[in-house]
Amino acid sequence: MSGTVSFRDWLTAETTSSPRQASFQRLYFGWLRLRANPLTLLGLGIICALVVIAIAAPLIAPGGFDDQSLDARLLPPSGAHWLGTDDLGRDIFARLVYGSRTTLYIATLVAVIAAPIGLLVGTTAGYFGGWVDGALMRINDIFLSFPGLILALGFVAALGPGLRNAIIAVALTAWPPIARLARAETLTIRKADYIAAVRIQGASSFRIITRHIMPMCLPSVIVRITLNMAGIILTAAGLGFLGLGAQPPAPEWGAMLSTGRSHLTGAWWLATAPGVAILVTSLAFNLLGDGLRDVLDPRAE
Amino acid sequence: MLIAILKRAGSIAATLLGLLALTFFMGRMLPVDPVVSIIGEQADQATYDMVFHQLGRDKPLITQFYLFVRDMLHADFGNALFTGHRVADDLAKVFPATIELATFAIIIGVVVGVPLGMLAAVYRGSAIDHVARVVGLLGYSSPTFWLGLMGLIIFYAALGVVGGPGRLDVSYIDMVEPHTGLLLVDSLIDGEYEVFWNAWRHIVLPGTILGYGSMAYISRLTRSFMLEQLRQEYIIAARAKGLSKMRVIWRHAFGNIAVQLVTVIALAYAFLLEGAVLTETVFAWPGFGRYLTSGLLAGDMNAVLACVLIVGVIFIGLNLLADILYRVMDPRTK
Repeated sequence: MSGTVSFRDWLTAETTSSPRQASFQRLYFGWLRLRANPLTLLGLGIICALVVIAIAAPLIAPGGFDDQSLDARLLPPSGAHWLGTDDLGRDIFARLVYGSRTTLYIATLVAVIAAPIGLLVGTTAGYFGGWVDGALMRINDIFLSFPGLILALGFVAALGPGLRNAIIAVALTAWPPIARLARAETLTIRKADYIAAVRIQGASSFRIITRHIMPMCLPSVIVRITLNMAGIILTAAGLGFLGLGAQPPAPEWGAMLSTGRSHLTGAWWLATAPGVAILVTSLAFNLLGDGLRDVLDPRAE
Repeated sequence: MLIAILKRAGSIAATLLGLLALTFFMGRMLPVDPVVSIIGEQADQATYDMVFHQLGRDKPLITQFYLFVRDMLHADFGNALFTGHRVADDLAKVFPATIELATFAIIIGVVVGVPLGMLAAVYRGSAIDHVARVVGLLGYSSPTFWLGLMGLIIFYAALGVVGGPGRLDVSYIDMVEPHTGLLLVDSLIDGEYEVFWNAWRHIVLPGTILGYGSMAYISRLTRSFMLEQLRQEYIIAARAKGLSKMRVIWRHAFGNIAVQLVTVIALAYAFLLEGAVLTETVFAWPGFGRYLTSGLLAGDMNAVLACVLIVGVIFIGLNLLADILYRVMDPRTK
């Protein structure tokens, strides 16, 4: 490419010369629309900040999250302990900072498990139709006939408490809405000419689904999982609060809240900060998800 | 029409069967040997074999599933080890507490949420629309258990204007006959106004906090339904005919979204069961949610499975109810 054409020109060129340029252009124009909404940017900013905090946790809170000192128990917020200390004398700010790792870990893993399952089930059901569709969607309906938390509680009861099992349980409750969405998308494109063309060329069903249908469903699935992420984080925090998620001494915001429960009258700061952290995180995902939906799906409003 | 009903019934039956299969499967996933949890580690092999046989574990899986389904259909959920009672009896005792709480919450959700959504739609882009949006977003994003704790810290511990955890102060417990199991109703039937007042002070905070989530949901959907209607030409026609703005909004537009709203409210009510699990834990509310979590922490699979199954059935039931109401109320579906 000649040096006189700037990257920006390449992105805004009226005619595209390669598929890659076309998709970069789409991303760029999407970003321009996303940028126009300050609330969406706020959400994105909070999530980025959270990622930075999680990565830099040892730098921000050099004391570590499990530094107990029993003579410094239940201290109110002060210069030394910005958010006070808990019932074992651990710095709440440090635990909050490290807790962002747990939260992002849960969020990422749930997305990585639930999105492919939902995508696979949804596209398969939509592409084949008939009894395959009927059977898969029936299973989907069964999972959808529970509120997420109740189903997750059932799975945790069966698998046993712990962070890993909580993640599996939440992921098992998170895939059905994605499958339903992927199916709806597949139904609109499975009769498209390009699919027929690939089939005539002799592509297998597996290849058609994974290479030609799934990529088309991906944008809406990403929006959906971002929108659902707030609910996923709340469900995971709920499990932690009930003592079924991450086990002590791991710093988890929901579990930190539940210690605050026994010190309601004496030490209000125990329950306040972790709750604000959960609220801000799920709010950020809601804001970002709303913005993404407006960009990628103009039909919504 | 008949075929539609039969199809619907068949699909419900299939979903119910799937629900049973899922709970059955959950019960079998347990890494703990259920026989050992009954007889303990010390028991000899003969006892073990006997209990193994009594539990039906020596039968083929499909027979076990059949027996499971038979028990469940007879509402025989077995005994809850952590309370020592039959699960069915326990549930009958705890459910009214949850229904009282959830009903209080849904009333808040509807009474505040519907007008808020209507105002936000009518005055779109105004201050009230933004307020409604923020209130809604916070409602979606807040952990209800945290709101509960904050509420207790502020209104109970600091200000003392509401009752604390539980449904009643200790001194009032068992003072009224359980006619309906709903304390607010029972106390009025017995004319015990002091008990009513005490129960009221206890339910206000958890009920409002639980209702906040449904309010966010209901107001957001009311707004979008309403915007959809206000765009229609018949609204302009009605206004052009000289009808007042109020009349057009409430009689014409609202009349058309009422049916959709009923569906939304039925679903919101079902989702309150989920919120109830956490809210009841925070407020030590002796309802279904707390029963479920106590069962969970005690590792009592009978209680947990019964609760999960019942929530599933209620969910399917409310969905069906919403569907039926929709058909009955909306003249276009006839």
